[in-house]
Amino acid sequence: MNIASLLATKSGPPITIRPEQSVREAIALLSRHTIGALVAVNAANTPVGIISERDIVREAARDEQVFARSVGDIMTRDVITGLPQDDLLSVANTMTEKRIRHLPVVDKGKLVGIVSLGDVVKAQRDKYLGEVETLETQILADKQ
Amino acid sequence: MGLLATPVAPLRVAIIGSGPAAFYTAEHLQRREDLAVEIDMFERLPTPFGLVRGGVAPDHQKIKSVVAAFDKTAADPRFQFYGYVEFGKDVTLADLREHYHQIVYATGAQTDRRMGIPGEDLRGSHPATEFVAWYNGHPDYQDCQFDLRQERVAVVGVGNVAVDVARILCRTPEELAATDISDRALDALKQSQVREVYMLGRRGPAQAAFTNPEIKELGELAGADIVVLPEEAQLDEPSRAALEKSPDRATQKKVEILRGYARRRPSGKPRRLILRFLVSPVELIGNAAGQITAMRLVKNELAATAAGTLRPKPTNTFEELPVSLVFRSVGYKGVPLPGVPFNDDWGVILNDKGRVLDPDTRRPVVGEYAAGWIKRGPTGVIGTNKPDAAETIVSMLEDLAQGATLRPAHPGREAAEVLIRQRQPNYVSYADWRRLDEIEVTRGRSQGRPRVKFVRVEEMLAALGR
Repeated sequence: MNIASLLATKSGPPITIRPEQSVREAIALLSRHTIGALVAVNAANTPVGIISERDIVREAARDEQVFARSVGDIMTRDVITGLPQDDLLSVANTMTEKRIRHLPVVDKGKLVGIVSLGDVVKAQRDKYLGEVETLETQILADKQ
Repeated sequence: MGLLATPVAPLRVAIIGSGPAAFYTAEHLQRREDLAVEIDMFERLPTPFGLVRGGVAPDHQKIKSVVAAFDKTAADPRFQFYGYVEFGKDVTLADLREHYHQIVYATGAQTDRRMGIPGEDLRGSHPATEFVAWYNGHPDYQDCQFDLRQERVAVVGVGNVAVDVARILCRTPEELAATDISDRALDALKQSQVREVYMLGRRGPAQAAFTNPEIKELGELAGADIVVLPEEAQLDEPSRAALEKSPDRATQKKVEILRGYARRRPSGKPRRLILRFLVSPVELIGNAAGQITAMRLVKNELAATAAGTLRPKPTNTFEELPVSLVFRSVGYKGVPLPGVPFNDDWGVILNDKGRVLDPDTRRPVVGEYAAGWIKRGPTGVIGTNKPDAAETIVSMLEDLAQGATLRPAHPGREAAEVLIRQRQPNYVSYADWRRLDEIEVTRGRSQGRPRVKFVRVEEMLAALGR
């Protein structure tokens, strides 16, 4: 299974923010869409960073004025991205090892989706459930 | 609306398609004891089961045993099958909206993706899915021509469809004669001149999509020796490093099996099945008559990315494979349904947990849902459609609880039947299908085959006295 087939199960384009927007706006978006991270994109829809709940909590712990600061100020700039054709298992390994919870997916330089650790877990669960279901059906059929 | 889904006003659900996702959706709905529900299932062909009948390989009958579960679902008195009734033609979305509270699209992924290389449309180049549909007796594909007088064939891809096609091409007439392969395909394959079948993977042995049981089966064919080039069975450095870092038992086993094949000596069987890795077709070369004579391949190498995956990168090394028949199996996608929002990028109906979405507002379209491959894309095995359908049902029941269903003017079972009978007087019921099924099985019995399929719609209708 590759990332493209995971993105196919998502309802729409990823929620993004511009680096010049405020952290307050970022929090509002995270809350409204019940998600854990936003990809920061430039005018060409190319990812330039990512801002997660963690980034905000970390900054808030040392700066109570964080809400008024810009996303670009506190976001992670060194973003690891994936391609639609990347396989999910390798991506899952990387996310686990590098403790990344959100992986922006880029096609021809443009952001096309975002994969969260939750998406990966769900995809794995569905894969195993499906295999168990299939095997059970066949074993039951053998017994008849 | 408070009475909806109670015995006085059963929830009326239309399911479009009759493959695994369609039947699992019906089964989940029937199991809800708190729900009074009536399900009408619409199928374009007179015969049900989608890819279980038309996709699963004829030499893999055991996989088809899931049909027993579908029969049980169909036996429920609240279930009605309308075969040979095409959505968008015999009944439209507008018709369904007048007769059902909820509509579920479970139409699968019906077309293949293209390779996007020069020469792709030369004579002798085919989508693997068409070959599969042809040998499985799908009525739409019975007039396809595959020139099996050619001696060398390439199957592009190493997924399960590619494996099926390669295996069927390598089977002996005796092996095939014991299956439910279509008679026409059986005759053509008996005359087959095919000597060499190449399967081409763009990445290495460790990344190949086929499963270990599938690859083992290829090594046990009665009429074909399996060949793996020793240099391609060796793991390259990035693959070795990746496997060492996150050891996966199935992948290790797969590599082991393939290395074993690389050590094998040909035993002189009439055919050879050659698995190639780290190659991508870049061009199909034809002669003056427009017939393929060769395939140009580029050798790939794998490069590790920041995301931890290994991507194939073309090198400057090319080779020509002297093949004259090509089957491509590089992915599948769904076909848009008339009037239903579609996501072209991923080839699925635009949806959120099975709720069809309006492409402009991204809000759910009331009363419309998707399940199976048309919802999530072509991934997983038959059983994967069960949890998939369950997710769609959760959305359907949440919406029902919110009163967000269609308000059909004619929500009765009889009204729907009258409409369908008027639009398609020859519709095929489940009892009709069981008659066809019995005839097929009876015809097969005398030949020692699971069944001899009807492959033409006219034959099926005639057998039912229509």
